[in-house]
Amino acid sequence: MKFSEAWLRTWVDPELDAAELAHVLTMGGLEVEALSPCAPSFEQVVIGQILTVEKHPQADRLNCLRVDVGTSTPLPIVCGAPNVEVGMKAPCALVGAILPGDLTIRAAKVRGIESQGMMCSARELGLSEESDGLLALAAHAPVGQSIRVWLDLDDQQFTLKLTPNRADCLSMRGVAREVAALTQSPLSPLSFIPRKTNPEFSTRTVRVDAIEGCARYCGRLVHLEQPDLPTPDWMVRRLERAGLRAKALVVDVTNYVMLELGQPLHAFSDAALTGNLEVRWAREGESLTVLSGQTFALTADLLVVADETGPQALAGLMGGQNSAVSAQTQDIFLEAAWFSPVALAGRARRLGLASEAAFRFERGVDARLTQEALERATQLLLDCAGGGQAGPILDLVHPEKMPQRLPVRVRPDRVRRLLGFEITVEAMQQILTRLGVCLEGNGADWTATAPTWRVDLEQEVDYVEEIARCVGYDQIPMQVPKAPLRALHLPERQRSRQTVAQHLQAHGFQEVITYSFVPAEGEQRLAMQPSPLALLNPLSQDLAVMRSTLSVGLMETLVFNLKRKQEQVRIFEWGRCFLPARDTDGLCAQPVRLGGLWYGTRFPEQWGIKSEPADFFDLKGVVEELLPPGASFVSTQHPALHPGRSAEVRWNGQSIGWVGELHPRLGPSFDLSRMPLLFELEWVPLTREAWPEYRPTPRFQPVRRDLALVMEEGVPAMAVLDALRAAARKNVTDILLFDVYQGAGVDEGKKSLAFCVKIQDTERSSTEGELEQICQELIRVAEQRFGAVLR
Amino acid sequence: MQVLMSLQEEALALFARLDSPHALEEAKARYLGKTGALTEHLKGLGALPHEERKSAGAAINQVKGVLEKALQQRREALVLAQQERELRASVLDVTLPGRHPGRGATHPVTRTLERMETLFRSLGFEVADGPEVESDDYNFTALNIPADHPARAMHDTFYLAPGVVLRTHTSPVQVRYLKSHALPVRIIAPGRVFRCDSDVTHTPMFHQVEGLWVAEEGVSLAALKGLLSEFMRHFFEQEDLPTRFRPSFFPFTEPSAEMDVGCVICHGHGCRVCSHTGWLEVLGCGLVHPNVLEPLGIDSERYVGLAFGMGVERLAMIRYGVDDLRTFYENDLRFLKHFQ
Repeated sequence: MKFSEAWLRTWVDPELDAAELAHVLTMGGLEVEALSPCAPSFEQVVIGQILTVEKHPQADRLNCLRVDVGTSTPLPIVCGAPNVEVGMKAPCALVGAILPGDLTIRAAKVRGIESQGMMCSARELGLSEESDGLLALAAHAPVGQSIRVWLDLDDQQFTLKLTPNRADCLSMRGVAREVAALTQSPLSPLSFIPRKTNPEFSTRTVRVDAIEGCARYCGRLVHLEQPDLPTPDWMVRRLERAGLRAKALVVDVTNYVMLELGQPLHAFSDAALTGNLEVRWAREGESLTVLSGQTFALTADLLVVADETGPQALAGLMGGQNSAVSAQTQDIFLEAAWFSPVALAGRARRLGLASEAAFRFERGVDARLTQEALERATQLLLDCAGGGQAGPILDLVHPEKMPQRLPVRVRPDRVRRLLGFEITVEAMQQILTRLGVCLEGNGADWTATAPTWRVDLEQEVDYVEEIARCVGYDQIPMQVPKAPLRALHLPERQRSRQTVAQHLQAHGFQEVITYSFVPAEGEQRLAMQPSPLALLNPLSQDLAVMRSTLSVGLMETLVFNLKRKQEQVRIFEWGRCFLPARDTDGLCAQPVRLGGLWYGTRFPEQWGIKSEPADFFDLKGVVEELLPPGASFVSTQHPALHPGRSAEVRWNGQSIGWVGELHPRLGPSFDLSRMPLLFELEWVPLTREAWPEYRPTPRFQPVRRDLALVMEEGVPAMAVLDALRAAARKNVTDILLFDVYQGAGVDEGKKSLAFCVKIQDTERSSTEGELEQICQELIRVAEQRFGAVLR
Repeated sequence: MQVLMSLQEEALALFARLDSPHALEEAKARYLGKTGALTEHLKGLGALPHEERKSAGAAINQVKGVLEKALQQRREALVLAQQERELRASVLDVTLPGRHPGRGATHPVTRTLERMETLFRSLGFEVADGPEVESDDYNFTALNIPADHPARAMHDTFYLAPGVVLRTHTSPVQVRYLKSHALPVRIIAPGRVFRCDSDVTHTPMFHQVEGLWVAEEGVSLAALKGLLSEFMRHFFEQEDLPTRFRPSFFPFTEPSAEMDVGCVICHGHGCRVCSHTGWLEVLGCGLVHPNVLEPLGIDSERYVGLAFGMGVERLAMIRYGVDDLRTFYENDLRFLKHFQ
């Protein structure tokens, strides 16, 4: 909502300057988004009248003028504007004036001719972007008067960022009412004398079929003598400063009344209508071309005003082109109706129509305005169009469908409790009364009825807010909140996100956050998800489907950074993935996961470590440290991973993720010659923190025995290790794999695994024979299970 | 005697000259060994007359003592010299950098979120979580935003299916939490939210922290002001941080407010970041609307709730002076590195 300060001050004129007023509005809940001068600053520009025009002897395009600026002698001025003519009035910058752009006007000779000033265009005064000549002023403009005064250029434009509940402030009168209440200033009423109606001058009848959408419909026929007269300057100015472009008289007046009172109006060309009017829901198959030029196939949830030939307007949204008013239209049918917010909600948005009327109707218009608005528009039209006549007002009301202002209980004690501070009953009463609320009852318990324009006051809490904002939120004390102490405790068995993140960061991984939506092709390439969840209204193809894996974003981040000359990339992300499977809520499953990527060398480039590419086991080592106790790795097939270099992570009999090298087949699509390593893990299992198990520290020395076992190269090392650990005696505290060897001394197709068996006795030291026996038992297990022999 | 003295001189000179332990031991043998010069003198004692034997013996032994002492000193000196040489040979350039596996950092948005969580936990707020794909019901209807309400136009919503949206704010967690927990509740709900909007100042995904406190006592607009001012003072680590609250509108709170803090960059003198107003808008808040509480079976006469919601990116931008929102989601490592 934009408006001119000067216009507002005709309604209410508090003793505050514009900036102070803006502060009051902002702190009162009508946020002033911008306060801007209507014209740049300049002085010494007055109204001049051209007395004579002579061609410049030296220059074709210049004229030599004599201009009356109200002084005893006219000024000689050389002027290049194309539209100069004798008798014309236009702004004249006097010698000494400084125009926008720091142009100082000096007395000078222009090609030998004396010039003492400059005739100005709108652009030269900073009033418009473009202009094609001098700014022509009205014939009655007083010569010599400051142009700032005449055009009211010291005015300022307010821009309000209104919240959707404040429909009442979508008009000048509404804002003025608010200012009056907030500043405790008197509000001037709108005073005009309604024009006499000619009862003989009436046309068609109107029938309201869709009463649930249109509880009140008012209309009248108006005849204008000279509809082609220009809109008066003052009205043009107020319209423009409210952000509306002036067009033609009838349209301007309907817009003006809407801005003034908040009631949208529509003018039909009466001659273009056939028979009686009807307000009804559109029928299938109907269509309408509206004023904006768009043609819509109408649906049954659109309210229309139709004549006998079909829809002539989208009610409350926009008129039809067929019945549009032009500057020549003398007979107009003027409509002021109350369309219900429900009947219009969302329609303008759906149709892509920018409609000031719909904007107001959707938010709620004061239902009592229709007659007044029609009278006001009639008066302005007849005044501005050289007279005419007006027919009687048709007024079709369905009171039961009109918005009801139900009384609401308002209890001062409740107000105090919610606001948390003391405020007297008298103060509350004053505030509410100032806002037009009607209070009944005693000071402990009121029944409040909101004024018709405050459609947002529905419950007690709404009144609480009114009281708070009129007192001023800044007057409400700040209270240190009080609540019973309670310990907020992360269970010891649970690992926090930070702990896991710190672990990864210590390994050089940088956290990234990527979009939850990704390109469909990314999902197809990297996920097992053949039909990912697609957005119905994506912003772009690059953000079209929900990710089912974090690797899409991680790969995008890799590519982005490689293009920026990063050589080593270690990144991780924590976040939700989205799977088509339904969860208990009926929504899609959206598990939180942790994913990571490692590309390039094992370490960042440095003098002290040989540069080597990171491999599967580098990443696996990092992952292993994250896993809950009892997790294991098995070889797996994953469409995006190298078939021989990828493992599924299993825990508690379930798959909880994977780790592996990107499938070389995918390299080219990311423009990669070396494959990154990736992992992705379900988050919940990772939050399981291992529980420390106490065992007495043994008094005996630990003993170590090494075993090198030769077996087929395809035997998974982990299987051997698991089997040995399972078979070992109680005093074997651990078995570690410390070497894997193939080559000289080991047959082709075989490998040697070297294990270190750690033995720790607690009661007495084992004898040499017992130690030997422990090893023999392990060798036997390896032999039986995997065909291994001692090397 | 003369002979002995010159022998001693000769030996001492030799020992002093030798610089390897091996040569030194050889030289020792030459004088003190079985056939060494001094040993020969000792052997020759027997041939001396008895009266001379004692003094000659003493003289020889004295020379022997001198030589042994000299030898020992020389040995130690050689060991020291050897050590010295080895130390010199093993000198490092200690100014060379140490070995580093490299270190990653937390994303600035997460860093900000974690600071917010820590602060609110210290104020007794638990951290709650909710789904990002959300039903229209939880995202709007349960929050007093019925279908086609103009307030929905404030949210440019992504749809996955009719009735299924990407949550446009973290507020649905309020409803979910109230449904499943006994009162009183005091929570924050941090997380991703989505709006169908992308330009210089909007990314289609961003983060919010929602807060909710419903209790029989202690909750009021005055408490809300106190709570959020306390939070902001600590978040910006500025004890005298000015704050102000302006009336606003959110369908799920009434009264509603927007909170501004004094510009932490220009301290009120006016700068580009605060659009020369001296104030930065940081969050929306209010008392929970009875239309949210009542359908959940909560007696809004007995319980009062306060709620707030703030944009994490906005706070991160202000806090760290990041001037382009979009930087957060480009994930340029050169940018992220600054947050170590």
